[in-house]
Amino acid sequence: MRRVALTVNGVRHELEVEPRDLLVYVLRDRLGLTGTNVGCDTSSCGACTVLVNGESVKSCTMLGVQADGLELTTIEGLARNGELHAVQQAFHDHHALQCGYCTPGMVLAAVSLIESGEATDEDAIRLGLEGNLCRCTGYHNIVKAVAAAAGVSS
Amino acid sequence: MTAVETAPRAVGASVKRKEDASLLRGRGTFVDNMALPGMVYMAVVRSPYPHARIGRVDLSAARAAEGVIAAFSGADLADDWKGGLPCAWPVTEDIKMPPHFPLATDEARYQGDGVAVIVAESRALAKDAAELVEVAYEPLPSTADVEKALEDGAPLVHGDLGTNECYVWKLETDDVQAAIDAADVVVTRRYFQPRLIPNAIEPRGMLAQVGPAGDVTLWSATQVPHILRFALQLVLGIPESKIRVIAPDVGGGFGSKLNVYAEEALAVALAKRLGRPVKWTEERAENYVATIHGRDVVHELTFAATRDGRIVAVKSVATCAMGAYLQLVTPGIPLLGAWIYSGPYAIPNYSVTFTGVFTHTTPTDAYRGAGRPEATYVLERTMDALAAELGIDPLELRRRNFVTEFPHTMASGLTIDAGDYEACLDKLLERLDLDAIRADQAARRDRGDVKQVGVGFSTYNEMCGLAPSRILGAIRYAVGGWDAATIRFQPLGTVQVVTGTSPHGQSHETTWAQIAADQLGVSVDDVEVLHGDTAVSQLGMDTYGSRSLTVGGIALYHASQKVIAKARRIVAHQLEVAEDDLEFADGTFTVRGSPDRSMGIQAVAFQAHAAHNLPDGMEPGLEETAVFDPPNFSWPSGAHAAVVEVDTETGDTRLLRYVAVDDVGNPVNPQIIDGQVHGGITQGIAAALFEEGAYDADGNLLTTTMTTYLVPSAAELPSFETDRTETVADNPLGVKGVGETGTIAAAPAVINAVVDALSHLGVTDVPLPATPERVWKAIEEVAS
Repeated sequence: MRRVALTVNGVRHELEVEPRDLLVYVLRDRLGLTGTNVGCDTSSCGACTVLVNGESVKSCTMLGVQADGLELTTIEGLARNGELHAVQQAFHDHHALQCGYCTPGMVLAAVSLIESGEATDEDAIRLGLEGNLCRCTGYHNIVKAVAAAAGVSS
Repeated sequence: MTAVETAPRAVGASVKRKEDASLLRGRGTFVDNMALPGMVYMAVVRSPYPHARIGRVDLSAARAAEGVIAAFSGADLADDWKGGLPCAWPVTEDIKMPPHFPLATDEARYQGDGVAVIVAESRALAKDAAELVEVAYEPLPSTADVEKALEDGAPLVHGDLGTNECYVWKLETDDVQAAIDAADVVVTRRYFQPRLIPNAIEPRGMLAQVGPAGDVTLWSATQVPHILRFALQLVLGIPESKIRVIAPDVGGGFGSKLNVYAEEALAVALAKRLGRPVKWTEERAENYVATIHGRDVVHELTFAATRDGRIVAVKSVATCAMGAYLQLVTPGIPLLGAWIYSGPYAIPNYSVTFTGVFTHTTPTDAYRGAGRPEATYVLERTMDALAAELGIDPLELRRRNFVTEFPHTMASGLTIDAGDYEACLDKLLERLDLDAIRADQAARRDRGDVKQVGVGFSTYNEMCGLAPSRILGAIRYAVGGWDAATIRFQPLGTVQVVTGTSPHGQSHETTWAQIAADQLGVSVDDVEVLHGDTAVSQLGMDTYGSRSLTVGGIALYHASQKVIAKARRIVAHQLEVAEDDLEFADGTFTVRGSPDRSMGIQAVAFQAHAAHNLPDGMEPGLEETAVFDPPNFSWPSGAHAAVVEVDTETGDTRLLRYVAVDDVGNPVNPQIIDGQVHGGITQGIAAALFEEGAYDADGNLLTTTMTTYLVPSAAELPSFETDRTETVADNPLGVKGVGETGTIAAAPAVINAVVDALSHLGVTDVPLPATPERVWKAIEEVAS
């Protein structure tokens, strides 16, 4: 077991983790942050995307021990004072989710894409979300929502 | 409680979803998010061989491993099963239905067949221990090819059957062959539709708890909690009255969660044995072998036509893979398309034959569209082939054969209530600017461009809304096709809707509230929709086959009428008028001619619960249930077009535009309909261009992860152009199904476009999926 300290959604946690524990399972099973979903074994689907020091990372590609000393944001930490983040609100307005399973990862990937200034047009948004799979929406409304949140036309 | 909403009505408006509040905040109740005190984890040991005799199963090392609570082989659990995993659709009298138990005991019959199970204190420890199980497999010959499996000497999936042929099913009108023989032109084409892996982004999972009194609670990522409850009693011998199945938030299904799976029975059996809650969560690689696949069908389709393009006969002969076992509705999947091999066309002579075949592969079953994409693909591809043969424009050929009068009874025997196929196609062409596409195509051809464009069409109808129970009975489906809804006014006027449908992305919490709100004259915000728990909704047949709205939604309409009828009796009694003297509109009963004498339905709800002044003999409360059995299927239709650009040097195909005009009847929520259409189209495009569940000849799955099975991302797709026409369906809401339309229509439109792009080179077909390699080969073949 290794002792790690990480800050998730502004709250500092110190805990013992097994070296082999993936970050996503530390979040889900140890911290009870089950909003971050697991969809594949191969870092393909992006359902487990979180922000690590502000950048989107598939949390199944990191070990929990690698998060020592880092700042994380999960879907649970995105809304502030009960108000949805602009990307969450845009997903609601544009019906960008159906079953909702890919949604936490998709929203955080979109937040990172917008904050990095890369969501410049529809093609850039599509390319930027390439690592996040959705099986329900065909991406049409996700792209519209991200474009709206980014203030670009789709 | 909010004020009664009058205008505009909720139905027809793009009301924002109630489901989003929790899902957007990461507060979904997906089953893997759950934990119970004392919970343990299950792992299944699976055969790495497509076919092998199972010798000794040595569990000793696994049992001794850290954190392991129990380990069982198939033989250890053999007495736990009252029956096998059920198949509810024995499509013929002489169908072969081999036994199928949750763990294999004698032979493993596909790669992924479960042979042992581990229970441990954690997910990781269960998985570690599973790797310590030593099974003495004796590999046996196997085949994954649906046609080769029928050849003499082919390795048998179930040796005691003496054949891999599961059934032969036929639907034929008189004199089909005579019509074909007498026709001016006969076109026959052969197609293979590969396996598709449904890939709901939430894998399957479940959590089972068995109380000391033998009461079972099973939380499962399922589309079918009611069917699962019914089936579990058959497998486990536990009375249905003791079983509660809960489908919490479910992360997509597309048919793959319309089933009764080995792991569901195992989790309950082990929870009962061990006295602890048992959880299992599928991994993606496991999903690819342990969850049903779709398609894997070889077709030969024949059109017979007159020289001027009237189709006089259609004949389909299909060989359909069942996989190694029959899951819940495996044999019936082809039949879901059996009546629509004439599509939206008036074709007087009709013949459809399906041969179901066992292969050493994961069982097939319902995947979005289920039978109808298979039929529509071969129909719409052959439509273009016939057009080329006749030298008639493909759209003109379609128009010459469209059904134009409704209701229309097809040669296959069923009756389409409503439609306007011309109108769909007209609207599609208004949006498409076909002349510009053809001009671009001509210019590129003249220049000899490397990148060529093509446009392809698909005009379709489909049969959904499962289903009239009498018809289901006639085609040997084991249970009914009705659904149920309860409307329950609370004393202060809020409303609970209890539905027997079980949404997993379809937005019933919102759309059912819209329907109830309009019927009852209350606000959408005053309506809560409860679903997915058999203890809450006793009656239900769940969600699949685009049935929820046209069956469950109509049940909801009828429950509304019953509630209004009871409320009317109360108001008539209290206002001392005849029931006939009351008008009901926008949630208020008013005495005809006396607008000042009125009573709102929410006030009636209070009176019904206070029960101070009810008619003699009336039971207190304001709650009614309706069970609705539809008299007919639902018949959506549409016209779709794909525009593609094909690189003739690399074979790479880029979808430039996708335009869809669908007739799904009266729209309840246009934004949600569009969402269903977008998702459906995408799965059809994926089948056309990207996805194939590929086995080698022996039955080793080659596409074992999302890195080799290509679920498309946003980067591979354009935004879609969608529109609607509306014909009113023959039901009280005028609605039709929508969940599968896009998947049914899209694949042939895309492939027709690819072939159109390359037709000047002589290409007439490209196999599915039209990967760059396959397109390149198709070009090379005609060039050489």
